[in-house]
Amino acid sequence: MASNEEILAGLAEIVNEETGLAPEAVESDKSFTEDLDIDSISMMTIVVNAEEKFGVRIPDEEVKNLKTVGDAVSFIAGAQA
Amino acid sequence: MTRKVVITGLGATTPIGGDVPTMWRNALKGVSGARTLEDDWVSKYELPVHFAARCSTPALEVLGRVEAKRMDPSTQFGVIASREAWADSGITEIDHDRLAVAFATGIGGVWTLLDAWDTLKEKGPRRVLPMTVPMLMPNGVAAAVSLDLGARAGAHTPVSACASGTEALHLGLDMIRSGKADVVMCGGAEAAIHPMPLAAFASMQALSRRNDDPQGASRPYDRDRDGFVMGEGAGALVLEAEEHALARGARIYGELAGTSVTADAYHITAPDPAGLGATRALKAAMFDGRIQAEDVVHVNAHATSTPVGDKPEYTALRAALGTHIDHVAVSATKSQMGHLLGASGAVEAVLTVLAVYERKAPVTINLENQDPEIPLDVVTSARDLPAGNIVALSNSFGFGGHNAVIAVRSI
Repeated sequence: MASNEEILAGLAEIVNEETGLAPEAVESDKSFTEDLDIDSISMMTIVVNAEEKFGVRIPDEEVKNLKTVGDAVSFIAGAQA
Repeated sequence: MTRKVVITGLGATTPIGGDVPTMWRNALKGVSGARTLEDDWVSKYELPVHFAARCSTPALEVLGRVEAKRMDPSTQFGVIASREAWADSGITEIDHDRLAVAFATGIGGVWTLLDAWDTLKEKGPRRVLPMTVPMLMPNGVAAAVSLDLGARAGAHTPVSACASGTEALHLGLDMIRSGKADVVMCGGAEAAIHPMPLAAFASMQALSRRNDDPQGASRPYDRDRDGFVMGEGAGALVLEAEEHALARGARIYGELAGTSVTADAYHITAPDPAGLGATRALKAAMFDGRIQAEDVVHVNAHATSTPVGDKPEYTALRAALGTHIDHVAVSATKSQMGHLLGASGAVEAVLTVLAVYERKAPVTINLENQDPEIPLDVVTSARDLPAGNIVALSNSFGFGGHNAVIAVRSI
């Protein structure tokens, strides 16, 4: 079980790996598309990498609800519980 | 009045140099880019061929990590060569609606395709990444170059096996002459040093088995040649309407005077032993460029070093140029860098343009006992080409019976 802080840090690492964005730019209130300029293909790559890293399943229909980094952190935390 | 088309930019990443100046220096010196492969898959799959000619500069030393992740290795090479050619052209302002791309490949994203297949088998469909399709599609390299340059007059991918790169120049010339574009980024890219293509080419007896001497393996025209050496990389050339180049005071390397494409319709892989399709291609390119046999001083031959391939090309050269072929300096540069498949025509076009511009013919290595049935004047140490108006030809032939020829004239 990872804490929300650990999930955020792990997610920031995945986003950095995929997009080159600095990990500290990946903050909870940031929108993946509006603020971080992540397109749908990168988003799916991030989702799949997050599934592997955190041992969770993020259904495709759920991905569109993950608008902000915080949404993703909450979903992953909930799925791990 | 047909628009005259000139070459104003060159780029390359190859087994004998990661950029054009390095490649050219080595091409005149005569070096081999072939090496024994250290990859574990060579022994794991018991490949019959243990060597290849990898790019001397890995793509990841040139491209950013994040941009490289979204490209198949073939596209990485293509973008590297295209960027060098674009910078070399000196173009700073352009109407992007008049800029096109003709960037070829023989196989396309074979690494991406097969990696994804491995991932599917080992980890399931969820792990097959969403970039897989745009990375494996053969037009991926033309699309990436178009995106990189903002080229909006069309992005094309000629695919004709080992004639692809030369066919890209044929298409580019046509696009400028017909008024569809003023500038075309032409080229070819290939990255197929993967166990599957190596096994497949070996299976058809196309590859040299000289495992104990990789650097001596590619030996076009030599009596003891036994197949080609797999290479990889990319070449790129900026084609430009002459008036467009003159208006911006560009440095002009030479004129792409004529091109042609023909098909053998003889056999799916074997060249027509009489070289009829190649002869028609040579004659058509010369007709297209209003070139007489006596104008031709240099040929960059296709010459892959296969027992069956090298001779019909000689037959075709003699048929097209007559006895003048005895006075033409012929270079077989695959002896140095191996066979870059769909990129070979583009890289050899770069060498041909430089030969005309610098008036030097590059070197053919490993020619120890010239095949008596191929009595060409082969350049085995760098040779000066004459002053005055000169023309050089470059041939490419591909499985499927594709023949493509370009003619470059000095300015």
